[in-house]
Amino acid sequence: MTIATADTPRSTPNAGSLMQADAKTAKRNAREKRFRLYGLIAVCTGILMLVLLMISILTAGLSAFRQTTIEISVPLDAERLDPEGNRNPVEMASVTTFGYAPLLRDGLMQTIEAAGIETDLPEGDIADLISDESVAQLRATVLANPELVGQTVPVEVLASGRIDGFFKGRVTYETAELDSNISPEQLRLAEALEEAGLLRTGFNWRFITAPDASSTRPEAAGLGVAILGSFYMMLVVLVLSLPIGVAASIYLEEFAPQNRFTDLIEVNISNLAAVPSIVFGILGLAIFINFAGLPQSAPIVGGLVLTLMTLPTIIIATRAALKAVPPSIRDAALGIGASKMQAVFHHVLPLAMPGILTGTIIGLAQALGETAPLLLIGMVAFVREYPDAPWDGGLFDPATALPVQVYNFTQRSDPAFVERASGAIIVLLIFLLIMNLAAIFLRRKFERRW
Amino acid sequence: MSLTKTALSTFAVAAVCATGAAAQSRDNVQVAGSSTVLPYASIVAEAFGENFDFPTPVVESGGSSAGLRRFCEGVGENTIDIANASRAIREGEVEACAANGVDDIIEVRIGYDGIVFASRQNGPAFNAFTPSDIFNALGARVLVDGELVDNPHDQWADFNADLPAVNIAAFIPGTNHGTREVFEEQVIAAGCEATGTYDALVASGMTEDEAEDACLAVRSDGVAVDITGDYTETLARIESNPDGIGVFGLSFYENNTDVLKVATMNGVAPSTETIASGEYPVSRPLYFYIKGAHIGVIPGLKEYASFFVSDDIAGPGGPLSDYGLVPDPELDAVQATVENEVDMTE
Repeated sequence: MTIATADTPRSTPNAGSLMQADAKTAKRNAREKRFRLYGLIAVCTGILMLVLLMISILTAGLSAFRQTTIEISVPLDAERLDPEGNRNPVEMASVTTFGYAPLLRDGLMQTIEAAGIETDLPEGDIADLISDESVAQLRATVLANPELVGQTVPVEVLASGRIDGFFKGRVTYETAELDSNISPEQLRLAEALEEAGLLRTGFNWRFITAPDASSTRPEAAGLGVAILGSFYMMLVVLVLSLPIGVAASIYLEEFAPQNRFTDLIEVNISNLAAVPSIVFGILGLAIFINFAGLPQSAPIVGGLVLTLMTLPTIIIATRAALKAVPPSIRDAALGIGASKMQAVFHHVLPLAMPGILTGTIIGLAQALGETAPLLLIGMVAFVREYPDAPWDGGLFDPATALPVQVYNFTQRSDPAFVERASGAIIVLLIFLLIMNLAAIFLRRKFERRW
Repeated sequence: MSLTKTALSTFAVAAVCATGAAAQSRDNVQVAGSSTVLPYASIVAEAFGENFDFPTPVVESGGSSAGLRRFCEGVGENTIDIANASRAIREGEVEACAANGVDDIIEVRIGYDGIVFASRQNGPAFNAFTPSDIFNALGARVLVDGELVDNPHDQWADFNADLPAVNIAAFIPGTNHGTREVFEEQVIAAGCEATGTYDALVASGMTEDEAEDACLAVRSDGVAVDITGDYTETLARIESNPDGIGVFGLSFYENNTDVLKVATMNGVAPSTETIASGEYPVSRPLYFYIKGAHIGVIPGLKEYASFFVSDDIAGPGGPLSDYGLVPDPELDAVQATVENEVDMTE
């Protein structure tokens, strides 16, 4: 019968050759072609936007990874730095950074003179070539090595933000003409220093390791505290949300009875995944800071808030991973006498692990890029002290986070911070890329198909 | 199952760490408040951390009102020690503070901040501004030929021939900013009176209070745009609008003189000198408030406050005035206030 049915000519009036498409087929094919085109356009638009975004971030931000420094020889005047003459760092600490400024200025003048560069700029304008950070740098060096006092030591100091911008193309002679913070003469002097080999531009490790700096020192601002803060928060999120999330999912998926109550929980979990993150910030402020008395600006609170935000994502991913393990595995384990728990922990969970890890990493990546909830718990702040190690209570020390640092940089008035903000975005994107690549790698490597 | 075990043991270790560390007390000063004061506060915090054995204070922004609200939440280690404000604390806020047990407040005035009008470097030049011009351009109802009408002006030259014939486009601070208050009081209200609009409003049958409120109404036909973000947003708006003019803080302008052209007010260009002498009319005091109950409890709190108002920092030629703060002419008195911990609520 089947053969007969296949042989029966179709009842359409125009059942012509397969080679020649009829009107309907042509229409169908055209529709498919159009749909493919729409899809292609959609993908291309997406890629175009991504490329534009990357270009704008990279052009603005790559220069943050280079930094101009000036090498000067500073005479460490013993009279001024150690009036008591006993090289005791405790006593020498009474000389503040204001006391070190004249030394640096003298050093810079002498260095310029020694290099044979002639300039008729006033001393104050010449001193503006180097960063305000240098005094702190010099003071820290001297207090750490009191024996240096009385000698003339070479110091590599940061160039000021405008000079740094000049060697990166941000500042030009034309803009300097209008700029009240820098003059073309100062730029010419900087060029002369470069020719003398005293000024150079190199890779900016400080940008990754140094803490934030105030608005007057954009050249010294770095991401050290923000990276540590983000890392601490991720640690808290991982340590809390993975066990809680996996335990909750295993219970809901494998043990819980199907009733109205579990349905309600399920609906709530899906809802929580879509709640705006600022809501978790409000919750965190009320519960963790005002009620539990945890400190403000601390990564522990940030981590707890982000844990609340990440949990639904992890639970949903884990439940999907558990569901994907075929029932036959459970049945076989139970059939040879394993208890339900043995079946889950010895057979189902290991098979679901790649999916769980992928979900966890994606949840962490989402938490890493979050700013809004941190606004309310005091992490959007100017923090210059590195937090201690986690086992020394560092989770309770003030810190910021990478996305927060981007926000902080964009608010500052000095144009040099635009470059820093884009540089911070690049660092954040690199971290996100690494995490997502790890998720893909884990999935590819351990995924089982049935 | 090693993974589960590792996870569980890490969790346990973390929990132990957490309980151990929670007992330690806070050793850094916490500051929050006005985003106008933030750059100054961070400059001081940085220098404080470099020169003292105390850790660098943590400075948050978020606005004067938000900062004062958090300041008044109560006394204790998980509340802030200092609130920065670009306006004086209000009566209601002092009451709210007292209700939560914050009844020892030290008011410290750190100096003055100028408010400037600026256009794009290659845009129109505004060299003949008076408050009347701003009011004529932006007021909701203005006087034209002695009659009170809804603002009809499209171009600056429509009401003052000395101003350029370009379309009016002003980017003014939103109502969430402390700057808006100064802008309204010292520019709009002053212009309203100077143009005679205030008198006309009263003559039209309004009470004085109603007329004052009517003066402050800004036209809503898209000519004046409220900026709720920072000065960086105002700058971005001006860069995309060649005729635009924006309201900035003096320090912001001084950091961006290569892209901004400043407008004079009553013929005076803004600078720390002209603001200090009072020639430039638009400025406001900046403050911070110390929680008296935290002095002696939080290490470094009083030292930070004293350092902030010391001559080296807040005086003329110090880092704050270099950045655009107009030093307080009565800095001695302010230093004495901090030294004697003078409670403003008494």
